[in-house]
Amino acid sequence: MTPILQLRGIHKHFGPVHALKGVDFSLSAGQLHALLGENGAGKSTLMHIAFGLVRPDRGEVFVDGAARVMRGPLDARRHGIGMVHQHFTSVPAFSVAENVALAAGWTLTGKALRRRVAALGERLGLALDPDAPAWSLPVALKQRLEIVKALATDVRVLLLDEPTAVLAPAEAVELLRVIQHFTERGGAAVLITHKLDEALDASDELTVLRRGRVTFVGPTQGQDVRTIAQHMIGGVLPSEDGPSKARPGEARVLAHGMDVARDGRAGTAVRGAAFDVRAGEIVGIAAIEGSGQRELLRAVAGLLPPLQGLLEVAQPVGFIPEDRTTEGLIPEFSLTENLVLGLDRRTAWIQGRLMPRIDWRVARRRVAHVIEDFAIDSPGVSAVAGTLSGGNQQKLVVARALERRPQVLVAENPTRGLDIRAAADVRSRLRAAADAGAAVLMHSSDLDEVLAVADRVLVLCEGVLTEAPRGADRGAVGELMLRVPAR
Amino acid sequence: MSAATVAAALLTGLGVLAIGLWVGGYDPGLALAALWRGAFGSWYAFTSATLLRAVPLIVIGLGFAFALQAGALNIGAEGQFYAGAIAATWVGLHLAHWPAPLAIGAALLAATAGGAVWMVLPVWLKLRFGVIEVISTLLLNFVAESLVSLMVQGPMQEATGIFPQSDALPAAVRLPLIPGSRLHVGIVLAIGLSLLVWFIMSKTVWGFRLRAIGAGPRAAWVTGRINGRRVLAIALLVSGAFAGVAGGLEVTGVSYALYQHLSPGYGFTAIAVALLARLHPAGVVAAGILFGALEAGAGAMQRDAGIPSVAVYVVEAVVIVVIVLADAHLRRAPRQAAEPTPIPVGARAPA
Repeated sequence: MTPILQLRGIHKHFGPVHALKGVDFSLSAGQLHALLGENGAGKSTLMHIAFGLVRPDRGEVFVDGAARVMRGPLDARRHGIGMVHQHFTSVPAFSVAENVALAAGWTLTGKALRRRVAALGERLGLALDPDAPAWSLPVALKQRLEIVKALATDVRVLLLDEPTAVLAPAEAVELLRVIQHFTERGGAAVLITHKLDEALDASDELTVLRRGRVTFVGPTQGQDVRTIAQHMIGGVLPSEDGPSKARPGEARVLAHGMDVARDGRAGTAVRGAAFDVRAGEIVGIAAIEGSGQRELLRAVAGLLPPLQGLLEVAQPVGFIPEDRTTEGLIPEFSLTENLVLGLDRRTAWIQGRLMPRIDWRVARRRVAHVIEDFAIDSPGVSAVAGTLSGGNQQKLVVARALERRPQVLVAENPTRGLDIRAAADVRSRLRAAADAGAAVLMHSSDLDEVLAVADRVLVLCEGVLTEAPRGADRGAVGELMLRVPAR
Repeated sequence: MSAATVAAALLTGLGVLAIGLWVGGYDPGLALAALWRGAFGSWYAFTSATLLRAVPLIVIGLGFAFALQAGALNIGAEGQFYAGAIAATWVGLHLAHWPAPLAIGAALLAATAGGAVWMVLPVWLKLRFGVIEVISTLLLNFVAESLVSLMVQGPMQEATGIFPQSDALPAAVRLPLIPGSRLHVGIVLAIGLSLLVWFIMSKTVWGFRLRAIGAGPRAAWVTGRINGRRVLAIALLVSGAFAGVAGGLEVTGVSYALYQHLSPGYGFTAIAVALLARLHPAGVVAAGILFGALEAGAGAMQRDAGIPSVAVYVVEAVVIVVIVLADAHLRRAPRQAAEPTPIPVGARAPA
């Protein structure tokens, strides 16, 4: 059978980076094909080429066996290819119906449009209120809107770039069911994902990319996580310590009946939270996006004062914010300047009292040490932070948080966007901090990470905190994440 | 940005001017020769024309750069310049009997305060209601110009009451001149201020925090715990104070009196000076002298070749456009490499 979509000998350079080095990829009708690889392996770029967003330097794209030049997404759509991007691409102020019309190129308005969008949702089994503004949708429905948009025109090939990254387990399962339903009726889908279990469960075929080359292609049947991970990183997975056996010490964070306001908006994000975090333990927060975890962590970090209730936090606190490039670092600043940021009070490189000066030589020497200690891959202490890879940027953020020898360490999605090895490194730093006596409070939108790292798991659902029973498995915690507990 | 870029930009600007003059029926050779003579033709031209005009451009440009380092755009230097000029003149007219250094110091201090006071309203509006400073400072320019008109036709008009200008300042508040020229010692102050700004920005904790607020306000707060509102307020007030001092220097060193249209748009030209210098204090001095030379040359061009002096704005504009383009071009190349999976505009997620 002729593949419905085929890419042959694809090369792509971005400046000095050779992102794709002769990649072949083939997709048949009725197939759910998982595309795996670390960050920067070239997965997204390959799919962007298939969708006409990026032009390959060399190589060809075939649709139904005929060579096609994709000049842009409109060409791709004409050939029946739709894409769901890694980031939401809806216009927040537009309604669901308007967003669908925008993506599909419909010129309908008013009632006719609403009817058509409602009918489309029904046909796909993905119901959405056509009049709801896109910004008002919860994350799972935003993702659903993206898929409805991609399937609005006559699409036979659906490319999905990490569609489950932001979803709770049950929501992810539901989404994968929709995709399988699409392929069972003769469609073909490519699923980019970081979750190997998910890929093994759902897909028929696997392609693994590493540094721009295909390292594995074959049927999913008979593969396991270990071998796939080896294809991805080209070696054995680093082993990680599980939860610590040491007994936790005194409480370093103590909250009781604490309410926290929504960050930047009206309303209460966290209601009546009661918990503690003890020296030497890692407490993980499991929650789906927007459940109040951001506010809870930021209250502990001292950035959001609680509205009411008790909150005691031992000082100093180290904070690892979720967004490296806008909150953790200043990309235009050098590594040294970024280390000094937040450490410009009572440190070795500060001189004078009335008009305190920064001794940059001392600071640079300190940064040189940090670069060595944390194995940060950088051109030097004066390099601009924005030129570092995400993993190395995060190492710098973690290093700075630990520089103050914090009693309490708060980490917000500390491995987001990192590749397997960099993520493992960050997790081991959190563990090391706890072993050194810090109380660590962390949240990750990846539930498996929370379960792997944390000694205790707290679950937040719509601002209400409950502690997961010790040893609760993935399914049990996932259920708590979606169910508001009775108060 | 390299010196070669600046040189190329300047040559392009002069080239465009020459073509324009040629099309308009003027003799470009004659005009450019006059431009050169007026700016650098002699020691006298360099000091009394070029450097004299460079002083306000440098001082205002330093202030503009100071605020922009913190992320604030002060478009109201023209107004703060006038506020400083009014304050210096008013104080100066009352201090005829004071010893010279004290009287000058008092007048310049008043100018500093005047410029800062003119910034108080924009700062308050910004912190209290989020009014963007671009609008508020710009609008206050018109208020300041009208205030000067009011002053020189009313309470501060000269005793004879003939012309719309103030009485001449007494000798005690006139700045000493560099021998053999009309250049006042304000040039020394301008260079000293550029050193001071450089020291604050690159050596002190305070300057570092100011730059952090400008370069990454979220990170400055979340990671650095820096109070952005306070830093922003101080940066804007300092910026106003610089423009005010420039106004004070102009009345005590050049005009010796207050009148309308005292500034030929220094407050706006200085923005170009600071941007051209990429906000670096030493660069502001160099760019200030360059633009001072262009404006000095423009006067000579009008005198000797009969070409309206506004023609020189063509050169200034082309210089800025070329440098902005070169800058954008330089920035594009590495950005592409840093982002291996570009998502086109429109496909990017809402922030």
